[in-house]
Amino acid sequence: MNKKYDVIIIGAGISGCAVAWKLARYNLDILLLEKEADVATGTTKANTAIMHAGYNADPNKLKGRLNVKGNEEIREVSKKLNIPYEEIGSLVVGLEGDDLSVIDELYQKGLKNNVKNMEIVDRDWLFEHEPHISRDAVKALWAPTAGVITPWEAALAMAQNAVANGAEVKLETAVEDVITEDGKVVGVKTNQGDFAADYVVNAAGLYADEIAKMVGIEKINITPRKGEYYIYDHAKDFAVNHVVFPVPTPISKGIVVTPTVENNLLIGPTSHNVESKTDLATTREGLKEVYNGAKKLYPELDLRDTIRVFAGLRAADDTEDFVIEAAENVKGFVNVAGIQSPGLASSTAIAGYTLDILRDEGLALSEKKNVIETREEPVRFYEMTNKERAKMVDQNKDYGQIICRCETVSYKEIVDAINSPVGARTVNAVKRRTRAGAGRCQGGFCGPRVVDIIAQELGIDPTQVKQEEVNSQILEYKIKELLGSKVMNNA
Amino acid sequence: MIETKTLTCVACPKGCEVTVEYEGDEIIEIKGNACPQGQSYAEEEIVAPTRILPTTIRVKNGALALCPVKTTKQIPLENMFEAMEIIGSKEIEAPIKMGDILIENILDTGADIVATRDMPAKI
Amino acid sequence: MLNVKKDLVVIGGGPAGLAAAKKAYDEGIKDVMILERDFELGGILPQCIHNGFGLHHFKEELTGPEYAQRFINDVEERNIEIKLDTMVLDVTKDKKVYAMNKEEGFLEIEAKAVVLAMGCRERTAGAIGIPGTRPAGVITAGTAQRYTNIEGFVPGDEVVILGSGDIGLIMARRMKLEGADVKAVCELLPYTGGLTRNVVQCLEDYDIPLMLNHTVTAIKGEGRLEAVEISEVDENMKPIPETAKTIKADTLLLSVGLIPENELSKKADVVLDDRTGGPIVNEGRETNIEGIFACGNVLHVHDLVDWVTEESQIAGAHAAKYIKEKFEKTEKCAEIKAGENVSYVIPQKIELEAGDRKRIPLYMRVSTPLTAVDINLYADGEKLYSFSEPFAKPGEMISVPLAQKTLDDLDNVNEIKVDIIEKEGE
Repeated sequence: MNKKYDVIIIGAGISGCAVAWKLARYNLDILLLEKEADVATGTTKANTAIMHAGYNADPNKLKGRLNVKGNEEIREVSKKLNIPYEEIGSLVVGLEGDDLSVIDELYQKGLKNNVKNMEIVDRDWLFEHEPHISRDAVKALWAPTAGVITPWEAALAMAQNAVANGAEVKLETAVEDVITEDGKVVGVKTNQGDFAADYVVNAAGLYADEIAKMVGIEKINITPRKGEYYIYDHAKDFAVNHVVFPVPTPISKGIVVTPTVENNLLIGPTSHNVESKTDLATTREGLKEVYNGAKKLYPELDLRDTIRVFAGLRAADDTEDFVIEAAENVKGFVNVAGIQSPGLASSTAIAGYTLDILRDEGLALSEKKNVIETREEPVRFYEMTNKERAKMVDQNKDYGQIICRCETVSYKEIVDAINSPVGARTVNAVKRRTRAGAGRCQGGFCGPRVVDIIAQELGIDPTQVKQEEVNSQILEYKIKELLGSKVMNNA
Repeated sequence: MIETKTLTCVACPKGCEVTVEYEGDEIIEIKGNACPQGQSYAEEEIVAPTRILPTTIRVKNGALALCPVKTTKQIPLENMFEAMEIIGSKEIEAPIKMGDILIENILDTGADIVATRDMPAKI
Repeated sequence: MLNVKKDLVVIGGGPAGLAAAKKAYDEGIKDVMILERDFELGGILPQCIHNGFGLHHFKEELTGPEYAQRFINDVEERNIEIKLDTMVLDVTKDKKVYAMNKEEGFLEIEAKAVVLAMGCRERTAGAIGIPGTRPAGVITAGTAQRYTNIEGFVPGDEVVILGSGDIGLIMARRMKLEGADVKAVCELLPYTGGLTRNVVQCLEDYDIPLMLNHTVTAIKGEGRLEAVEISEVDENMKPIPETAKTIKADTLLLSVGLIPENELSKKADVVLDDRTGGPIVNEGRETNIEGIFACGNVLHVHDLVDWVTEESQIAGAHAAKYIKEKFEKTEKCAEIKAGENVSYVIPQKIELEAGDRKRIPLYMRVSTPLTAVDINLYADGEKLYSFSEPFAKPGEMISVPLAQKTLDDLDNVNEIKVDIIEKEGE
């Protein structure tokens, strides 16, 4: 072990990135470790992308205490870090036949949690503001402070800002063990070597229980809970203006219908526990449940303009709450575990809460001079007008070559995404940062070009370019080599 | 043993359904063809089917890594993979012009392998 | 920002755009510009290295690249302005085209007429919602073809193909010849969507099983594809769970449909036909927007490039006419309707002065495979005439000439209808 870090954070999902971002403001040596080839490849990339207002969180739980705080903080943070965020508000819509008293209960819970500006609205309000909503709608809880965000961009922005303030990020680095000596943490053992640190933050998402076991903590138990989704093309013919929830039942929060910040329509999720932490398969039954649920709220929906289905896994602890606390049996180990909904909405508050715990555990915190508060806005051609694009091209010719037709993504945006701090190394990482491949043809046209650009920029062979995970090479053989190998085997 | 086989003739887009009665290599009767081409196609298909082979060949110093090629006439279907191996083992230097003969008389079939496009040298 | 005025702008340099540009030029419009997003002309043809192109148009059997090369030569000989690596971002209904490339930056082009020739895109796995995981190794057949024939890579070597359209069949053979083990081609319907010659020369020749009434019901694999589950389907195309079986595979190619690429058309307020996915056009291939024409796969998905060429020549000729003298439209517009067993007919209306036109080819597709058919044309309910064909298949477009003389003999036709009916008792 060479350098000693003050804090090592295990897991670069939204929680780990938020903690890194918060800690980087202080004079500390921070190391953020991530086992996959990009930040935010776990639960953070596969959720409903909502900044919840906070009326649904239990006031008696940590969730309830941190949700509203996180929701309030994101307004400033999203501006400073240029994270796409829109405060479109949310509705919990009661239809004929639902238990409408739940809406009033949520309103009361919201008041307890300090959610601002909520109202109960009637049919007329609903038909005016959500013209395509079911004619069976009776009333709704309107929460204007809810919003939608790009979750992987939030994680990336926080990680990049942490790096700008001196933190280190190591991707493709999996923690194999946490090393302790005399009852305190001294470092971690990884597949890329050992790293020394006084404090370790366990933000390992689905694997937080396994990391906790490495220091003898048994009480955390993470059950993967699957949620399935459909995503639509930019459905211009069918506008949904807010995040729309059904009335929750004791069994399920229900199927949400929501626009995303990128102007897609998202419907889902289901909620079913699964056995394996890598079971990300969508299922016939699950997708049917999504579609039927969404259709109850929006009867005009059909499956025609869907461009993708996906599933995510919530990291649910047995307590059904966030588990953010210092370990009792070992010094310097802080768990940030069980971060399921509203984890995304609470992320900055979770980071603040974790900071306080670390301070209580003895971490010396002196604020850096000249903290870099902001992240420069990434160039996003798909958001620009033609005039703005023309200006960019005049500045740099490499903006003139459009690689992704469906989302209008230029060559330079892709190259920059690969070469920036915490740069993209895989096709999916490029897609998350630039939108290349996220449109209606799903990479049919730009895919080979993106693979080629990644290969060029990383100095690797195209057959080594991955889609996302370790063994996810896009192309297996150079042409004539496969045939040649078969010939040799048959000779 | 007398066998019957029904084929779709591919000599022209009409696609006549041709029925052939045969015993081993001996043709007994051919029905359903609208023209003599159908007859010869059917005969050949039973006894010794042939095909055009379209594939690619590796290019050295070309604008692209591969140049599409084809056989100048049909070659026996049973020779396909061997022909593929021979073509796969070669690399041709650019520039190449459409129609250039890249391999002569492959497997002694009388068919050449020709380029089906221009392939300029890399700039 | 580059501002240019052009007589004719052709969006797309594939076979449709090339034929339209060449024809317009030969009809007297010399000021033509082709805008192409790829690094070379030819559209999809350069990657279609197989033969079967040109049997009608050139009376020869050519490969895709050879067919393209002829038109590329024609266009280059005529000094038609070509911009490669140029992406069109916007088209307005007053025929302003906005595009971008590396060398010149942003381009604003004012055209007297525009030909839309953007082709189509492939339907994706996500769009058909195949349950399962989302590993590497699942790609559309056209993209696999690009990798194999242009970029020089074979995606994998244990292959299952979903969809027996031409692209799926062609790629089955291509992968097999390059050394892959192609385990099956699955087809949801009880019949194949591709040309019969492709079933023979791509599947039967290589003993690749064609599994009709089958579909992929699950994708398995973390990271890279490991297996696919296929199931038989019932008459309603619903999977029969007891028939599910798993095939080990590292590559799944999807050939599940082509979608005309009309996002730009919509920006220009062009009205589309739900049945084709492409613009509604008159016999000159003019859309509802004056001076904007459409041809090729962007208008409706073709199976033979020869028809693309014929259609694009019609579009190019009319674009030229429009530029020279604008059109005289007839007082009455005859609508062309798809009757029984017809999925669609192009053009959807006839509204131009005949001039010296001899006939109007009507392009149509049967909606289900039929044998021994009569193709009947009716004018306002009265039968005009019939053609007989031994069979009609959805995967093979039918071209029926509507003689101008016939139209001239009729007064004020409101509606022309086409149907395809199986003959009785055969």
